[in-house]
Amino acid sequence: MSYILGKLFGRLPIGWLQLRHNPARLAAALAGVAFANMLVFVQLGILGVLNGTIKTSYDPIVSDIMISSYDSNTLTEGSSVSRRLLFRALSVPGISAAAPLYMGKLDWKRADGNTVNLMVYALPIEAGSFAGPQVQPALARLTPSDHVLIDRSIRGVDPQELAGVTQQTPYRFEVQDRTVTAVGTLGVGAGFSADGVIFASDQTFLSLFPKRIGGTPSHILLQVEDKKAIPALVAQLREMLKDEPVLVRSTADAIADDVRYQTTERPTGVIFGFGVFMGVLVGIVIVYQVLSTDVADHLKEYATLKAMGYPQRFFFGIVLEEALVLGLLGFVPGFLLSNLVYGFLSGVTALPVEMNLQRAVMVLVGTLAASVISGTLATRRLNGADPADLF
Amino acid sequence: MTDSPIIIRHLNHWFGKGEASKQALFDISLSIAPGSLTVLMGPSGSGKTTVLTLMGCLREVMDGSILLLGEELHGAGPKRLEALRREVGFIFQAHNLHESLTARQNVMMGLEVHGRGNAQARQRAIEHMLALLGLEHRIDYLPGSLSGGQKQRVAIARALVSGPKIIFADEPTAALDKESGLQVVTLLKALGRERGTTTVMVTHDNRIVDLADRILVMEEGRLISDTKTVQKPAIV
Ligand SMILES: Nc1ncnc2c1ncn2[C@@H]1O[C@H](COP(=O)(O)OP(=O)(O)OP(=O)(O)O)[C@@H](O)[C@H]1O
Ligand SMILES: [Mg+2]
Repeated sequence: MSYILGKLFGRLPIGWLQLRHNPARLAAALAGVAFANMLVFVQLGILGVLNGTIKTSYDPIVSDIMISSYDSNTLTEGSSVSRRLLFRALSVPGISAAAPLYMGKLDWKRADGNTVNLMVYALPIEAGSFAGPQVQPALARLTPSDHVLIDRSIRGVDPQELAGVTQQTPYRFEVQDRTVTAVGTLGVGAGFSADGVIFASDQTFLSLFPKRIGGTPSHILLQVEDKKAIPALVAQLREMLKDEPVLVRSTADAIADDVRYQTTERPTGVIFGFGVFMGVLVGIVIVYQVLSTDVADHLKEYATLKAMGYPQRFFFGIVLEEALVLGLLGFVPGFLLSNLVYGFLSGVTALPVEMNLQRAVMVLVGTLAASVISGTLATRRLNGADPADLF
Repeated sequence: MTDSPIIIRHLNHWFGKGEASKQALFDISLSIAPGSLTVLMGPSGSGKTTVLTLMGCLREVMDGSILLLGEELHGAGPKRLEALRREVGFIFQAHNLHESLTARQNVMMGLEVHGRGNAQARQRAIEHMLALLGLEHRIDYLPGSLSGGQKQRVAIARALVSGPKIIFADEPTAALDKESGLQVVTLLKALGRERGTTTVMVTHDNRIVDLADRILVMEEGRLISDTKTVQKPAIV
């Protein structure tokens, strides 16, 4: 370590030697950096899952443009829209197809007494082109009343229980006092708003949700002839529907709005974003504390070196060297620990909290940047080193 | 004496500002012979350290003139003073070694201030210097495991290793017992002679005074006595 740093700086790595000379302080600083890293990793991990689950919540459908209620911030929340608009939209040249999407949440009371929250997606059987690749081949099987596709990985349900579900080996269960028959599976998984999903025909949906009517789907999905025309068509539809209480957005924009809303406006997202901020702050404060104490403890040495003719930037260099060493060395245990915590969180929440390279690099760079900030703050104490006071 | 490394003319110095201002030095003039060991004595508070820090570029000259190695210190900016400090060596009352660095690394700090150089040649210079001071078996020890006298000798090695033309020492033996104090100053004087280094030392120790080429005595900010001893400076 000393050798590498010595080669790197072309001088004695005094910062590192100083840190190493006080193992208790070094350990405290590294623990602080590791802890801050872990906080940030956990928050980012959860935010990452939130982003991921929002995106996968759109996987069961395929569309280019969505007409949604004016108050729909996410796919699953908001009022319904009038199906009339579907026919008006179809009259626009360039729109090739349209379908109503019905969504609703229901509780599945399990034999073990637990309740599982399911998000139901429903399309008309003939709207196969709007179904995602997992659903499309199985859509015809959903024609009989109360036949559905069920999520393979539902939070709170043993995956083994649903693994073998096919048309030949259906799985029957009770929801809303009706017996529903799963004749196939799809993989979406648990998210923040539901434990899993089921996919059904519009007819089955309407019998599962007696209060909903066919005339008011949750969203209207549109497909276009030419993808390049999407922005122009969105503008045209907006103009046409400007008196209706609806939002017209390309599906890509709707997903982006959904992510933005849930990560920046919803308490869950805001809390985790704030958690990242807190983690960074904790790290900066701990490293600053350690470095400024270290500077204070070495003022006499620094004053001696100043008397010998070392310039001020040499001392900045020492403090920054210490900051970078702490950031780099603290990141390693922080990263390893975070992987353990991710494993634990995935187990407990059934959410896919996973490490990825991009996040690791981002946190490392952030750690080094935060260390430099701490170091820069700590250098203010260097002014206390006056060589004239040495005699 | 034109080749004198230190020439002081009508030096005055004050501490504090305005009402609280107090004059610490009064009209000091002197010049010091190259290669000599000059001892500065006087009661506490007489201004010895103040003179030394002014000559050593650790304070800015307020009034009068100091020519150090031919350069006027009065009016020199902080950058200039910093550069001049690299040309001289300091030995402090406390050894002021860096506790995290070994003897070798502490002495290295005396070289690195001059920039990079041949690594092997430097290591040889450091080892040679430490050996001259009788520390060849303590080269890779941390200060924490050295005795007071050994630490002060490392500090001397650090000050001498880059071959400064002048050494300033302020009570370098105060923290040492008589025996190792005398040993340290004897070494300092021997090395100074060998290299033609000019040494200015503040001390109270009478046995050290016996080694001096010249004795200056201060009282209440004034130079009150200047005695050249019988010994001749080695290099003229
Ligand atoms: N930084 C300072 N601020 C204010 N006054 C100072 C300062 N340094 C020294 N003085 C004053 O200047 C005068 C000379 O001090 P100086 O330290 O030069 O004395 P000295 O001869 O070295 O004494 P000692 O033998 O105790 O070290 C003293 O009256 C002292 O109080
Ligand atoms: Mg003094």
